[in-house]
Parts: sequence; structure tokens; C-alpha cells
Amino acid sequence: MAMTMTQKILASHAGLESVSAGQLVLVNVDRVLGNDITSPVAIKEFDKIGIKEVYDKDKVTMVMDHFVPNKDIKAAVQCKMCRDFCDEKNITHFYDVGQMGIEHALLPEKGLVIPGDVVIGADSHTCTYGAIGAFSTGVGSTDMACGMATGKAWFKVPSAIKFILKGKLNKYVSGKDVILHIIGMIGVDGALYKSMEFCGEGVRSLTVYDRLTISNMAIEAGAKNGIFEVDEQTLRYVKERSDREPVIYTADPDAEYDEVIEIDLSTVKSTVAFPHLPENTKTFDEIGDVKIDQVVIGSCTNGHYKDLAEAAEILKGRKVAKRVRAIIIPATQDIYLKAMENGLLKIFIEAGCIVSTPTCGPCLGGYMGILAAGERAVATTNRNFVGRMGDVKSEVYLASPAVAAASAIAGKIADPAKITDLQEAEL
Amino acid sequence: MKVNGKAIKYGDNVDTDVIIPARYLNTSDKKELASHCMEDIDKEFVNKVKAGDVMVAGFNFGCGSSREHAPIAIKESGISLVIAKSFARIFYRNSINIGLAIVECPDGADRIADGDTVEADLEAGVIYNRTSGESYKVEPFPEFISKIIANGGLVESIRNGDIK
Repeated sequence: MAMTMTQKILASHAGLESVSAGQLVLVNVDRVLGNDITSPVAIKEFDKIGIKEVYDKDKVTMVMDHFVPNKDIKAAVQCKMCRDFCDEKNITHFYDVGQMGIEHALLPEKGLVIPGDVVIGADSHTCTYGAIGAFSTGVGSTDMACGMATGKAWFKVPSAIKFILKGKLNKYVSGKDVILHIIGMIGVDGALYKSMEFCGEGVRSLTVYDRLTISNMAIEAGAKNGIFEVDEQTLRYVKERSDREPVIYTADPDAEYDEVIEIDLSTVKSTVAFPHLPENTKTFDEIGDVKIDQVVIGSCTNGHYKDLAEAAEILKGRKVAKRVRAIIIPATQDIYLKAMENGLLKIFIEAGCIVSTPTCGPCLGGYMGILAAGERAVATTNRNFVGRMGDVKSEVYLASPAVAAASAIAGKIADPAKITDLQEAEL
Repeated sequence: MKVNGKAIKYGDNVDTDVIIPARYLNTSDKKELASHCMEDIDKEFVNKVKAGDVMVAGFNFGCGSSREHAPIAIKESGISLVIAKSFARIFYRNSINIGLAIVECPDGADRIADGDTVEADLEAGVIYNRTSGESYKVEPFPEFISKIIANGGLVESIRNGDIK
């Protein structure tokens, strides 16, 4: 029976020769992840099971990232609950303020996910690690609790959509534009219950960070996971971070796909998702004058060093427009440090941005940049639902770091390719 | 399980941010979560919902965040069944795992109107609209899922030794 990449990983972790779409399987998981929002619910459920220890103290991972540094007393109580649990169970990978980063940037960076792994996480953007050839998917707190107890999770084996990438991205166009372009094309439920599998010679031209951004937003098309073929770049990235041996799964040439979509990367343009769904995408030939109040550059989607560097290139020597608040959030401590050492923080601060400690904060309307009614933000985050970043009458426009940086300077949604003209207009 | 209540109807792509906004995720208290259920699309929901009522919606219900707080808030508010044209996958498994009954029924989701009286017999795989007199067929759950529901959720399935 011919299988997709995802099906091969699931079969191997279920101890089966082969699996087919629609089959229910119980698989062994290599990592179980939770954050400060979802872990407290999981801990309560774990305690109900009546098992004292977690299945593997090196494989259970908790990252305090959503509401930390604690935004209020209730958030502090939730983090304390996680901290106490991890202390009691002697959890190796517990990341608190000082070591933490946004979970989906932190785990790959720390080498905690390698090709061939199965990872479940009580956070919808757990699908990010497909970028490095793992099967990873978001689950709920009860799944997390049962995963912590048994090291297992149940899945319905997904069918898949195959994306064959060719060509190379143009300047100022990045992974974010590719995934917004795809969601605009197939819709927010276009890959519902399915795998998105990315292959073709175009993959090689994408950095690991572009791939992380693309896989990260597979959930925004409803997908179970979004997985990339492993190449030399993946292996180099992983070998710098982990001693474990990667297992590379490739799809059988005759594997069945629900749909095959070819994308020429050289034709992808800077893309913006308008409120209130990620599928409401427009390119600059369709975007008029949209004035903005805030820019957020960061999140699990676009808080990598590469993202900050792309924003810095545009912000260097320029100023954020009057009455625009620009918030930059490096996704991890290491990214923060590298941005400091390479002078990016200076560029941001001189341009009039603020730079925050790693946090999910504004992305989900938690804190650190909440919008009032009638306000608009351009954000490199992943969702623009009603009320996502604040008041139900506020608006979020999803875009790449380059578009967000250009928009911060222009005070309206702006094309980074036209930034020289924009600056001249300002002058 | 049997269901009997009034339909409360919503559209497509109802996301977990409107089911329970993130500003309330600093708690996992079920009653507190239920007191803010649907707040960002329907402020009246918490006042009008009665125990046993049925939520009816369009495509991709529960999309977005993996927060289990969303099905918890719906269940705790008294909703006995969610009928939709389709569900986002994490919301679907979370509902099963916490024992909130949830079925895909495009026909029923289309034809049931807000305020209709709905009954359901999920073992038999039928939803009855007592207001219009219509009935709609639904797929019975696969055995694996039925077992989880019969045990009262995933945690109980592990406790009872059905998942080792």
C-alpha cells in the first residue's frame, strides 16, 4: 500500500507495516508539549487518571509563553501550577521566564524535534515542526494529559494534498506570503482533517525559517499537519542542535493525494489577509489606502531572527510613522541576543519601535498591545478573527515582516518593494 | 444518549476566539469560562441558553486555537449537542475527549432554524426537528470513538484500561 510522508510516520509509530487514510491508530509520541494556558487544564485531567509519574520526564515539555511574564494574578496562578507540577515530576524540559521563548520557535531551536518524530502539543500551532520533517499536530488539554500519562495519542490517518513547489521567491517575498497565498487559494477549511505535503525542487530555495512559517499556518487552512520533504538544509539545521539520528520518510511515488497543486514561487507576491479570516487575502494591486494604528512583528509564525533581520533592513535609518505603535517581539532569548549583538535592536529603537521580551502576548489579545474599537494593526501573527487582538471592533491584517515594517514607516499597509518611494514621499 | 432542547444557530467558521476569548484564558474554572461563552459574537447567549439546548452551525465550527476551554465553556453552559456542517479537527477531538456530543449533519445544520425544538438519538443516528417535523440521518460514531464516549471521556478510558 503506497503511503504519503505523514502516513509512513504514523505507521512506524503505531507499529504497523502500513496505514491508509481514514484508519484509526494509536501511536507512540516522541514529545508532548503544553503551554501556560493549556497545561493547567491538562494537569487537572492528569491528576484524575491516578498515575503518579509522567511516561517520560525527558519527553514531556512545558513552555510558559502566552501570558508571561505573568500579566495578572490569575496568569501567575496558572504558571505556578505548571511550575509546581514540573518540579514534582522532575520534568527536564520546563521553560520559564529567562529560558523560555515562544514554544514553536523554541523547540526546533533547542533541537527537541527532529525529522521522523511524532509530536503532539496542546497548542494549535504545534503543526510548525512539519517544516523539519516531523509529524506534529495540535491537540487539546485532555490529549496532552493522556499523552503525558501513556506516551500515546489516537489519530484518524489523514489523506493529503500535495503541493509541488518550483522556482524561487522574489526579494521582499517570504514564507508568510506563500502560506497566505495558499490559504487564500484553498480557504480556511481547504485542507480540513488533511495533511499538506510540500515537495518539489522549490523547497530547496526556501530557508528552514520560511518553511517553519509555512508549516505553522497549515492549521489556518484546517490541516492536521503541514510537512516538508527533508533536505540537506534540514539536516544541517538539526545536526547543529541534536545528537539524535534523524529518520527521513519520503512519500511513495504512487501515494494517493486528494489534490495536487503546483506553485511557482517566483509568481508569489506580497500578500495581506484582511479581517476577519486568514483566507481574505489581497495583493498590493488590490489594496488601497488602509491607515493603521499598530504594527506587531513577532509570534510563533514570524518571530525568528530571519524575520527580524528582514524588518530591520527596511526600518534601518527610517522612522515609524507618527501615531503608529510598532512592537517587535523576538521569539526566543537566543534570537533576542543575536538581534542585540548584530545591532538590530538599535535599528528598531532608533526607528521608534519598542522591543519586548519573548511572549505570545498581543497575537491572541492577551496583553502587550491590545487594540481599542476602531483600531487597525498589521501583524506578522497568524489569526485575524473578530476580537483576536482586542476589541471586537478592532481589525488585524496578517502580513510578512517586510510588509509589516514597510507599513510601520508608511502609516498604512505598504508594499516593501516600494519602500524607497515611500521614504521619498515622507521626505 | 438522548438530546432534547431548542436550537441556537450560528454561521460558518465560528472560531474558538469568539467561543471563549483569550482574555478569559487566565482561568480554567468551568463556570467562569461558561459565563463568557460566545460573548464576542452573541452577548445574549449566556442569558438565553437553557440546559439541553442544541447549538447549530455551518462549516468549520471551532476553527483556530486548540483551547479545550472552548468545548468546556459550551458544555458547561448547558448545550447537550452541537450540530454543524463540518468541524475544525482539534475542536472535534477535544469535544469527544471531554464528552461533549458533536455531530456533522450538513442537512440538519441547513434546515434547522433558530428556536426550533430538536431531539436526537445518537445511537440510532437520527436528529428530529419537532418544530418542522423533519428528521435527519447522521453517521454513527466508529467503535473506537463510541468506546471513549461510553467511558465518559479519554481520561476515563485510560482509567478503565481501554487505552493502555
